[in-house]
Amino acid sequence: MGFIEVKDLKVHYPIRGGVLNTIQDYVKAVDGINLSIESGKTYGLVGESGSGKTTIGKTIIGLEKATSGDIYYEDQLVTNRARSRQKKYAAYNKDVQMIFQDATSSMNPKKRILDVVAEPMRNYFDYTPEEVKRKVVDLLEIVGMNAEAMYKYPHEFSGGQRQRIGVARAVASDPKLIIADEPTSALDLSVQAQVLNFMRRIQKEYNLSYLFISHDLGVVQHMSDDIAIMHKGRFVEQGSKNAVYNNPQHIYTKRLLSAIPDMDPTTRAAHKVERQRVEAEYDAQETEYYDPDGRVYDLQEFGDNHLVALKPEEPNASLQNEKVKTGGER
Amino acid sequence: MAVERSLLEVNNLETGFRFGEVYHNAVDGVSLTLKNNEILAIVGESGCGKSTLATSIMGLHDPKNTQIKGEVLYKDLNLLDLNEKLYNRIRGNDIGMIFQDPLGSLNPLMTIFNQISESLEYHSDLNEEQRKERVLELLNQVGIPRPEMIMKAYPHELSGGMRQRVVIAIALANKPPIIIADEPTTALDVTIQAQILDLMVDIQDETGSGIILITHDLGVVAETADRVAVMYAGQVVEEATVEELFANPLHPYTRSLLNSIPHELEADDDELHVIHGTVPSLQKLPRKGCRFAPRIPWIKEEAHEEDPVLHEVSPNHKVRCTCWKHFHFEGEEK
Repeated sequence: MGFIEVKDLKVHYPIRGGVLNTIQDYVKAVDGINLSIESGKTYGLVGESGSGKTTIGKTIIGLEKATSGDIYYEDQLVTNRARSRQKKYAAYNKDVQMIFQDATSSMNPKKRILDVVAEPMRNYFDYTPEEVKRKVVDLLEIVGMNAEAMYKYPHEFSGGQRQRIGVARAVASDPKLIIADEPTSALDLSVQAQVLNFMRRIQKEYNLSYLFISHDLGVVQHMSDDIAIMHKGRFVEQGSKNAVYNNPQHIYTKRLLSAIPDMDPTTRAAHKVERQRVEAEYDAQETEYYDPDGRVYDLQEFGDNHLVALKPEEPNASLQNEKVKTGGER
Repeated sequence: MAVERSLLEVNNLETGFRFGEVYHNAVDGVSLTLKNNEILAIVGESGCGKSTLATSIMGLHDPKNTQIKGEVLYKDLNLLDLNEKLYNRIRGNDIGMIFQDPLGSLNPLMTIFNQISESLEYHSDLNEEQRKERVLELLNQVGIPRPEMIMKAYPHELSGGMRQRVVIAIALANKPPIIIADEPTTALDVTIQAQILDLMVDIQDETGSGIILITHDLGVVAETADRVAVMYAGQVVEEATVEELFANPLHPYTRSLLNSIPHELEADDDELHVIHGTVPSLQKLPRKGCRFAPRIPWIKEEAHEEDPVLHEVSPNHKVRCTCWKHFHFEGEEK
């Protein structure tokens, strides 16, 4: 059991139209997902743009409203309560923090770094100004920045430094879970390496959990213990990193993994053949993996800590053995 | 095989931006050649000058605030000497360009047909009927389904991948011998990225044109390029065939970059390689000595050249400065 349990979460947005502006249909951004978050672990959430991964993160922290489903924080029901500002939800608000993709727009440009980082502390703890200052210095040190940074403004830093300040701010309220939404997508390779290293160090130091949302499979593989692959608002595959990466079962997972560029130019041709084979298989087998409405099936137990969304009545073995002809068309 | 003549030759190109009264070079002495039938990748991190290099070749800089020196030789012409009118005959006809953001390079008020046909109208004497035929052919070539329908659509009606295909179709319209692609897949999802890269390689096989592919993504380089130039702080620091570069990277910057790619962790306290310090800003960039030296301070000063140049260390492999011979990662023995 995790300290945060997400049960059958759905986030639907109405599409309005017609003469009377009535609700015509819904966009099912998140359509029934379950997630259990244990302390000290990193959960990778992978999917292409529009798959609903960011919506999950935002709903857990309370920036989006859940249409149905429950979120439990230490057995307390907290769905859609995060912004209620009631005292009984204060612990939940304090313990779940977020790191955004664009660090620049997530910081008030008129505030000094001292105030940016101190804000969560001032909200939840009764520290004296001296204590706040000392703690900010400590936090900045953890992300590899010196104390002088405190009196500067966000625009005075580079992208990588700002993202590290974002990490320091998220840790300031001493949280248990940090939701990191594409934290390094805007950064260069060498800067990304630095931010990821700091995130891992902090995790060990504070026994943090991360919900690591990214479209970059390499980064997620580097950071995560468990991984969920998302498509069309649902999980197509969920489980340990090892199971999902080395023994993918769902055609969408296979397609995503085969599309990652290979770092070895000598096997380029073979990789391309394999990628196009999987792509053809994906086109041919769509009905095997999606129901007639194009919805992803419910997750089923496939192995130890490995869930796959497979067609219910079909036995797993026959799916694996089925050979698919590669069509001539692309 | 006969010695191939190079398609495009860039000699000692310098592009400086004006800061007050002084010009600071964002591209600082780059020499490259592009051959027929070849994909040349230019790779580097933001601010290394790779996009400035592309826009300099295309002559897209405002002459009031930029100073471009050197030569860009194409068919015995130095493109940098051309006036705007002559340059316009080259752009789109001899050199096609693909930009990163397809939405930004398409006109939201024009149908797909009109956007592609615009370039045909300008550079060829095809009549309306022939242009229509050519546009259909192009849309088929870039793998757009139902081209007759899509032709009448507006950019906002297409997905990101489809828009990038349209941009590629525009670049290909006049069968240019040279295509410059600036981060063509950076804004796209991995599966779409794979499709677009396949498409570019296929087109290159079909048409035999030379492609300059500008990217920050080493994976994209490994998947598509024939030759690679690695840029740091406005200079090419290493140039090699793609197999050679990945099998035997020599320059400290290339090695550091390859080492900071996220990978599966072997041990729990495994960390990614971080390059010491930051990229200097244009104004503060030291113009003398090895530009990468401040980022590898544990390497002795004597290891660097006073005025580093590209040395040919083996056929098809050039490295700038001599520091690579003495380089080892921090905390590691040489």
